[in-house]
Amino acid sequence: MNAPLIIDRRLKAVLRGLTGLVLLVVYVPLVLVVVNSFNVDRTFTWPPPSLTLHWWNVAAHSTGARHALLVSVEVALLATAIALVLGTSAGLALRRTRFFGRNVVSLLIILPIALPGIVTGIALNNAFRTMLGLELGFLTIVVAHATFCIVTVFNNVQARIQRLGPSLEQASADLGAGPFTTFRLVTFPMLRSALLAGGLLAFGLSFDEIVVTTFTAGPQEQTLPIWIFQNLFRPNQAPVVNVVAAVLVLISAVPIYLAQRLSGDVVSGGAAGAH
Amino acid sequence: MHAVEDLDVEIADGEFFSMLGPSGSGKTTVLRMLAGFERPTRGSILLGDHDATGLPPHRRDVNTVFQDYAIFPHMDVLTNVEYGLRVKRVDRRQRRRRAEEALAAVRLEGYGRRRPTQHSGGQRQRVALARALVNRPKVLLLDEPLGALDLKLRREMQLELKQIQRDVGITFVFVTHDQEEALSMSDRVAVFREGRVEQVATPVELYERPASSFVAGFVGTSNRIGGRAAQQLLGTAGEYAVRPERLRIVPAGASVAPGELTMPGKVREVVYLGPAAHAIVELNGGSTLTVSRPNTGGASEPPLEASDRLVAVALHRDSLIELSGGTEKTEEKP
Repeated sequence: MNAPLIIDRRLKAVLRGLTGLVLLVVYVPLVLVVVNSFNVDRTFTWPPPSLTLHWWNVAAHSTGARHALLVSVEVALLATAIALVLGTSAGLALRRTRFFGRNVVSLLIILPIALPGIVTGIALNNAFRTMLGLELGFLTIVVAHATFCIVTVFNNVQARIQRLGPSLEQASADLGAGPFTTFRLVTFPMLRSALLAGGLLAFGLSFDEIVVTTFTAGPQEQTLPIWIFQNLFRPNQAPVVNVVAAVLVLISAVPIYLAQRLSGDVVSGGAAGAH
Repeated sequence: MHAVEDLDVEIADGEFFSMLGPSGSGKTTVLRMLAGFERPTRGSILLGDHDATGLPPHRRDVNTVFQDYAIFPHMDVLTNVEYGLRVKRVDRRQRRRRAEEALAAVRLEGYGRRRPTQHSGGQRQRVALARALVNRPKVLLLDEPLGALDLKLRREMQLELKQIQRDVGITFVFVTHDQEEALSMSDRVAVFREGRVEQVATPVELYERPASSFVAGFVGTSNRIGGRAAQQLLGTAGEYAVRPERLRIVPAGASVAPGELTMPGKVREVVYLGPAAHAIVELNGGSTLTVSRPNTGGASEPPLEASDRLVAVALHRDSLIELSGGTEKTEEKP
């Protein structure tokens, strides 16, 4: 499919160097975090005088960290679930029907991901407290996260539907399947990998969100990013934060890897007739 | 402005009916109305004695072979073929048996467990056909199903489709823009132009007695003689068409059979086509005629070549096709 580009040898070397540099800048600090989680010294002197598993042990028994992790996972799961339902419906509605203002609606759905988190945070904080009279807490975080999680699902679904074209669904109807059966047997299976990819991205977005969360979480609820932020500058907790950060690096690699694999799995044959 | 203007056609049970026309002539719109994907603004569609006009696609006893085949890529071939039976809740054993039968009918026995993506264009086309036929619809709609195939495969599939249609006895409504395809497969052909049907006729009638200059030009190749040229050459007013194979090139001043008339001119160009050669003859008076000469291999005939030598085109009066709708402009296809 992709023919290799023919590139000048010198240009190739330069590009290679640049790529290496970018990767170094990104990953050396991350490696540093992981190494420091084994550092005996509390102030993270470099190189580490000696290595220890002590901080890992402390972290494992830190109730604050464990509770925050649980909250984060729950929030991310719920926000992703909401995003999957609403994002899929919106994607289907906008690609399968034509109505006045369709593009505006599409823009409005995508916008929250581009809005600065601080704006979304303040706006939601205001609306929740003053307009709706809600107490900030677990639910308000979920709703706030869902507003931007929808975008990743919506985008994936929309792109997939557009690529598939209407003919598979028409074929299903033509063969006697009603709209619901068509969705169950054709549309949904064709969307499945797009939903997974969109859902994993949504989960990732929610899991490490801090700005919007700060404004929509109540005083009792702490997500993991907030817990980290609050403990980072306490001398006793700093090594534990390193451990948690190291764990997060490893955990977040998984959904991204999966999402990448899944969105790459091409559903061919639907639109392409000639092969 | 409508995609299709008033249309009144009756298609017989078991007929192979083609809708022929250039792209944008409305033939696919009519097919989609038959399938239920489009609704006519007025009028009705009868399927047997039942009014099907308002029925959604999944309630109609018709099935479609789509132009891009629309084979479900996430199912294997057998699951694709039995899809229609599955949604109609036919029990598993029976639908498997019927799906296998349908695959056999399109000569794909043993392909059931393969993924459709492993198939060539011709095979996918057969899968689409089997998937539609397995439901034993009253009418099978085919939307340019051979368009994506290469020429040789297309010829083979034309024959095969015709044969399958005869075997299963289902009414086929076939959309194509390829006039040769329409002529070779159909019992009757409707020629579409700009949302109107110009003529509905058997292939023989269509070719021998085209109703309009558009049909004469679109179905097969024809020379048009009209207006001043008709006066000059034929001695009568009106619009006429004549097929290239009905014309002969004879030496200038040669005597011809009774009923034949001759028109002097010069051979300007010769196009060699294998089974025949086409000579473009410029008549004295400016108009040109395409003359077809079959490649019989006979040495008696003088070689065809472009030259300034005066020759004559001989034409029997009976070969002239009188056209109605004479004011329309038609492109002549060389």
